[in-house]
Amino acid sequence: MKQVQFSLSRWMEGSGPDIDIVISSRVRAARNIAGHTFPCLAAADETAAVFNKVNSALGGKPGLASFTFWPMNKLSDLEKQSLVEKHLISLFLARESNNGALLLREDEALGVMINEEDHLRIQSILPGLQLEEAWSETDRLDDIIEEELEYAFDQKYGYLTACPTNIGTGIRASVMLHLPALIMNRQIGRIIGTLPQVGLTVRGLYGEGTEVIGNIVQVSNQVTLGQSEEEIISNLHSVVRQVIEQEQNARQALLDKERASLADKAWRALGLLRYAQVMSSREAIQLISDLRLGYDLGLIKTVDHKLLNELLVLIRPGCLQLLAKRELNDRERNLERPVQIKEALDRHRTKVDKGT
Amino acid sequence: MLCQECRRAEANIHIVKQVNGKQTEINLCEQCARKKEELDFTFEPQFSLHKLFTSMLNQGLIGAREEKEAAALQCPTCKLTFAQFGQIGRLGCGSCVGAFEERLKPLLRRIHAGSTHTGKVPARARIRVRRLRELDKLKEELQQKVQKEEFEDAALLRDQIRDMEQEMSTESKGEKE
Ligand SMILES: [Zn+2]
Ligand SMILES: [Zn+2]
Repeated sequence: MKQVQFSLSRWMEGSGPDIDIVISSRVRAARNIAGHTFPCLAAADETAAVFNKVNSALGGKPGLASFTFWPMNKLSDLEKQSLVEKHLISLFLARESNNGALLLREDEALGVMINEEDHLRIQSILPGLQLEEAWSETDRLDDIIEEELEYAFDQKYGYLTACPTNIGTGIRASVMLHLPALIMNRQIGRIIGTLPQVGLTVRGLYGEGTEVIGNIVQVSNQVTLGQSEEEIISNLHSVVRQVIEQEQNARQALLDKERASLADKAWRALGLLRYAQVMSSREAIQLISDLRLGYDLGLIKTVDHKLLNELLVLIRPGCLQLLAKRELNDRERNLERPVQIKEALDRHRTKVDKGT
Repeated sequence: MLCQECRRAEANIHIVKQVNGKQTEINLCEQCARKKEELDFTFEPQFSLHKLFTSMLNQGLIGAREEKEAAALQCPTCKLTFAQFGQIGRLGCGSCVGAFEERLKPLLRRIHAGSTHTGKVPARARIRVRRLRELDKLKEELQQKVQKEEFEDAALLRDQIRDMEQEMSTESKGEKE
């Protein structure tokens, strides 16, 4: 049995449109197979039947040669957690699914979750603002799968899903945005307040007060019924474009006013990431954000988006333990984190020195 | 207060979270809070269908007035009742929407932009929908021929319809296996 390695997903490669603000774009389609009870209500033999049906239908398909099939019950908790941290599977698939599996393309940009909340969740994740491209990847794989399996579909209600919030297109499109300037100047609150009015949802990890940890928020569509896939994607795309513009303006204003202190913050972040001996994930994610802003503003040049994305993922507990090749408790993780960060920084420096 | 995650230990950590600008409080025990701190970076969906459902039920929008009748509604295929759906917030199979249609409509209206799917149609469904429409047209023609007493044409049409129906039913049987 193959093992999950710590590898870079395509979205982590760090090149794409508006990559200085949009970390990644994702489109996920929920699908169910006609004639089978949805996973949440299905008995074990039924989820097993779906698992086998999907496996045998898609196993030998020529269009899917570069995909690997990963049954959840063959993976360790750490392997599963690392997949969650790279956004390739959901927490639900990792923890609670029966006969769950992941079909994943080699570049990790396209995959299918099997026996998640729905029988199938097809998803594509790409770097930068590439919602249309992510939808077309998802759409194409959806067509390939549909050659083999009949979907639960209703003329009026579209693709039938376990949760009524997904019914219709079954599409959830989302982008991960790095918005340090809008968060610093507190305009973020107003934006978060207006997005739900245009059918979008905003999420982030909030600390005390209004602080957003890591300055990363996710924006996604809420509506799936009554709009076509193209409308959903273009609505999200155009709103995200506006947010990008506002962040760019806010960054420029910040740069004009506080250039020296921003540079100082970025270089201090790099210093801490390189030399600290104990570090929580919370501290690390904030430092990576400071460093990213410094790089995006041209104040620091010794890093790049690929390295920043790698850091963002490897500081997480699952990936960290996978890299360390052993299980670690909280305290041990805070000691291991700086070790792995330093190694990644060193790898990057060697690469840059060699001029590759 | 008990931890809302494990429902076993005392909740001594209270996290205030903002989703869509609204504050929600999460009460956890230390162990669950530690797990959560690391896992929440995953941005799992947090839209609470259960809350919406309960509030709409309380407002009488999805049949609180005839509560018993609504709760007794049951999907003939997977046997999920409407009351159970309200608890778990998930439908059980492809027939549930049809079984609960009238009750789901207000809920769907509240969540979505419209009440009818306007997006992608799977190729298989496309073919079946097209053939069903063809079949309807043939049946209509048959009616007309019978009315006009053109029985020879009518017989031909009747055979054609029978063949088509047979073909479609064996196909759908094949798919189920
Ligand atoms: Zn607990
Ligand atoms: Zn049902």
